[in-house]
This record gives sequence, C-alpha cells and structure tokens, in this order.
Amino acid sequence: MNTIIEVKSLTKKFDGLTAVDNVSFNVETGEIFAFLGPNGAGKSTTIKMLTTLLRPSSGNIIVNGHDPVNHPDAVRRSFGIVFQDPSLDEDLTAWENMEIHGVLYDVPSSTLKQKSEELLKFVDLWSRKDNFVKEFSGGMKRRLEIARGLLHLPKIIFLDEPTLGLDPQTRNHIWAYVRDLNKNAGTTVFFTTHYMEEADKIAQRIAIIDHGKIIAIGTSNDLKKQTNTNSLEDAFLALTGSTIREEAVNPNDRMRKMHKMWRK
Amino acid sequence: MKKIYILWLRQIKKYLRSKSRIVGSLGQPLLFLIALGYGLNSVFQQAGQGSYLNFLSPGIIAMSIIFTSIFSGMEVIWDRQFGFLKETLAAPISRFNIMIGRTLGGATVATMQGIIVMFISLLFGFRPVSWINMIPAIGIMFIIALLFTSLGTMIASLLEDMQGFHLIMNFLVMPIFFFSGAIFPLQGLPKVLVIIVRINPLSYGIDALRILLINVGHYGLGIDTIVLLSVTLIFLWLGSHFFKKIQI
Ligand SMILES: Nc1ncnc2c1ncn2[C@@H]1O[C@H](COP(=O)(O)OP(=O)(O)O)[C@@H](O)[C@H]1O
Ligand SMILES: [Mg+2]
Repeated sequence: MNTIIEVKSLTKKFDGLTAVDNVSFNVETGEIFAFLGPNGAGKSTTIKMLTTLLRPSSGNIIVNGHDPVNHPDAVRRSFGIVFQDPSLDEDLTAWENMEIHGVLYDVPSSTLKQKSEELLKFVDLWSRKDNFVKEFSGGMKRRLEIARGLLHLPKIIFLDEPTLGLDPQTRNHIWAYVRDLNKNAGTTVFFTTHYMEEADKIAQRIAIIDHGKIIAIGTSNDLKKQTNTNSLEDAFLALTGSTIREEAVNPNDRMRKMHKMWRK
Repeated sequence: MKKIYILWLRQIKKYLRSKSRIVGSLGQPLLFLIALGYGLNSVFQQAGQGSYLNFLSPGIIAMSIIFTSIFSGMEVIWDRQFGFLKETLAAPISRFNIMIGRTLGGATVATMQGIIVMFISLLFGFRPVSWINMIPAIGIMFIIALLFTSLGTMIASLLEDMQGFHLIMNFLVMPIFFFSGAIFPLQGLPKVLVIIVRINPLSYGIDALRILLINVGHYGLGIDTIVLLSVTLIFLWLGSHFFKKIQI
C-alpha cells in the first residue's frame, strides 16, 4: 500500500489528436515526482485526468485508493492542486479567494484565518490582501494561486508548472516550502515542469514525457546513466532528440480581453 | 451547507459590486415601461382594459428577472474561461452542490433585480391592489428566477464559449418573454399563440404576479404555482445533470 497514484495505459484523445498516449506509471506515497516535457507534451492533460476534471479515453487510474471516474468525490478529498492556467476569481479580493478555498476544502475557520495570513505573508501579498485580484500583476496572481493551493494539507499536491513566470528568487522560496511540506507532513508532490534544473533539483523521480508518451522514468542519475550523459539536459536531448521548446502565448488572453469589453 | 453558502455569497458580492451591471440592466425594463406603458396606455384604456401601465408592470418585472437569471446561469461560461470553475470542480464538494450554490446565488441576484424594477414601476405610477401581496409576489419572483437560472446553467454547460450567446438571447429568451403574455392580455389570441403561450412556463409566472399584484389572472394562482414549481424542479434537475458532465 505504498503506491498512492497508479496509472495504467492511460490515453486521452481530443478529436483526432492523441494528447496522452498509453501512459503507465506509479507514484509512491511521500515521494516528489515530476513530469518533465515540452509544451504540448500532455502533462496538464494527465493531471486533469488524475484530478477528476477530464475523463480518460481509456486506461485505469487509482488515486489514493479510488478511481477518479467512478468515485470523483473520494479522490477530490485526497489532493490539492495549483493549476497551470489561472483559476482565481478576479472580481474578488485576494483574501476572499483564500476564504472560498478554505471553506470548499473544509479548513476550520480559525486555522483558515491564521494559515491564510501566514501564506499571504509568505508570498509577499499580505499588504494587498484586500485588493481585487484584477488589479494584480501576472506574478502576483501566480503567487496568490500558489498560496491558495497550499492552504489546506492534502495527502497529494499537484503542481502544474507552478513557478512559470516567477523570478528565480521567488521560485527557490516556494520550492523550499514545498520540500518542507513533503518532509514534515509527508505530502506526496506531483509536479510538472519544462525547466530542467527544477526537475533535477527538486524531484526524486522524473518521467520524461513528449508527444503524449513517457519516454523514460527514473531518478536524475538513472536517466543520465541510461543515456551515458553527464547532465539531465543531455539525457533529455538523447532521449527525445530535441531540446525543450519555449513557452507559447496563452490563448485564454484573448477571451479575457473580450470579457472585459463585454462587462463594461 | 457552508460550501453552498460561500458559493451563494460569492454571486451576491459580485453583483453588489458591479454597479454598472445593476444600472445597465435597468435600461431595458425602463425603456419598456416608458415606451409601451405610456405609449399604449390610451389605446388600452379605450379598449376598456384599464391602466396599461398596471397591466404591463408585472410583465416587465418578470422580464428583468428572466434576463438577469439566464445571464447569471450562463456565467458558468465566464467562470470556465477565467478558470475559476476549475477551482470549484476540483474541490471536495459534489457537483450537485456547486450547481445548487451557484443557482441559488444567481436566482437571488435576479430577484433583487426584479424588486428594484418593481419599485421603479411604482415611481412611474404602477399601483398594486394590495401592498401586502408584494411579499408572496417576491416569492413567485424567486421561483421564476430559480427556473431560468437553472436553464441558463444548463445552456452554459452545453456551450464551450459565449459564441452562442446572441443566438440564445434572440431565439430563446426573447420569444419566451414576448410569448408569455408579459405585454398583452391572453384573451382573444389566435389559436397558435394560445398554445405557444400555454407551454411557456414564464406565462404562469407572470399570471401569478398579476393575480397577486393587480388581481387579474387567467389560470388561477393554484395552477400557476404548481406549474412553476414542477417546471423549476425539472430544470434544476436538468441543469445539474448537464453541469455534472462538464469537462475542463
Ligand atoms: N481541451 C482540449 N481540446 C483539444 N486539444 C487539447 C485540449 N487540451 C489539450 N489539448 C492538446 O493536447 C496536447 C497536450 O496538451 P497539454 O496536456 O496541455 O500539454 P502540456 O501541459 O504538456 O503543455 C496539446 O497538443 C494540446 O493542444
Ligand atoms: Mg501544461
């Protein structure tokens, strides 16, 4: 009973496109596990299937002993998540976003107040707690998403490219916090990234994913050994035949602009 | 319970904060009240039907409610585009409860909007037969609001984005409003229209409001309430059925 996430032959097709292609892996309880892969590799799609937001086209998943398709509510009680895409309510204040999250995740109200304060201070947003999220910069929103995601103490925490767009200092700060959580509370951490050094430094095991397939899985050392290389970057290159491609523009931005015009 | 409450509260906060939305959505009912209420008053009176403004006001109250509630229900689409929907869908709360929280919130907002329009129509000369009856009338307004918020949620669960919004407004919401007896009496209509009006749930809502507010009615308060409540339950069920199927 040491495996907390079990994935067998998982596949997700979006009409015509196979985003996740026959993927199998396990994550052990208390482990820090990473998906490393370029944009469009299928990382977020996999996380969405693990967290009950998307139905798999085929394959089996067990998260904390339950199947997300048939027992979504049981699975939802076991994890916390920081999404890659924005998920804040911009018409509410930072504090209100924390508050809703706390209530939805059954955080007792005294803990909620104290923990929200602690986390907002941690991400340097305490002085802005009563400001509307729509007044925040991209980086501030990202920090708030992370603070909110850490508000309750789940068994598993999913972090989908959590540090995207943050400066290196904030990044280190947040990873230190996540590591502490893993060490002291035994929280299982599942994160995705397309930063080599992040996967290398933080994760105990890494799955390299490209075009919807897991190409290799193991510790950073395993992967280097397997490919006879000296760095994770070279190992990645040897395994996928390419370097990691850079960030594209977020297509949701257009929709957001339209919405703003609509509301005015 | 607390989770449903916090989702309800969210809608109320957002509504009370968007002053432009409150004022903006009063434009249309005001226009109808002034243009039709004053414009057609003399024709209506000559036909021996009494004050048209009195007749029209319950219809206009209902109009503001259905527009606001369909829109509130359809806010699922914005929450999806903005991402907040994910935050609720991944949380340990059943989808049914999320839908209930949202729908109660949207319906409360729509009812508040209806109450504002009711007071505005008083300013323009609307006179209910009994002031006390405004209380059960608000109850009916809330049921109408629940019904159409659920309908909005159902539509939003089936649509990916706001592209279909104008289609829905022009080919569903407008006809529901116009063929409900909101602006004309139900006596002496052509057969086809009678049938259309009779299958339109809003007709029963407006009828109930008229019975309570101006003591003029067609179907009777009992029938109105039964039809309204049953259709509301069906739409709540349909709304949650489709809401449960949303994938992000
Ligand atoms: N809802 C969707 N409909 C259609 N295609 C999608 C959808 N979501 C993701 N995809 C596609 O699936 C592939 C994998 O996407 P994603 O899982 O987001 O990749 P990653 O998170 O690794 O960057 C991409 O080609 C993407 O365009
Ligand atoms: Mg992604």
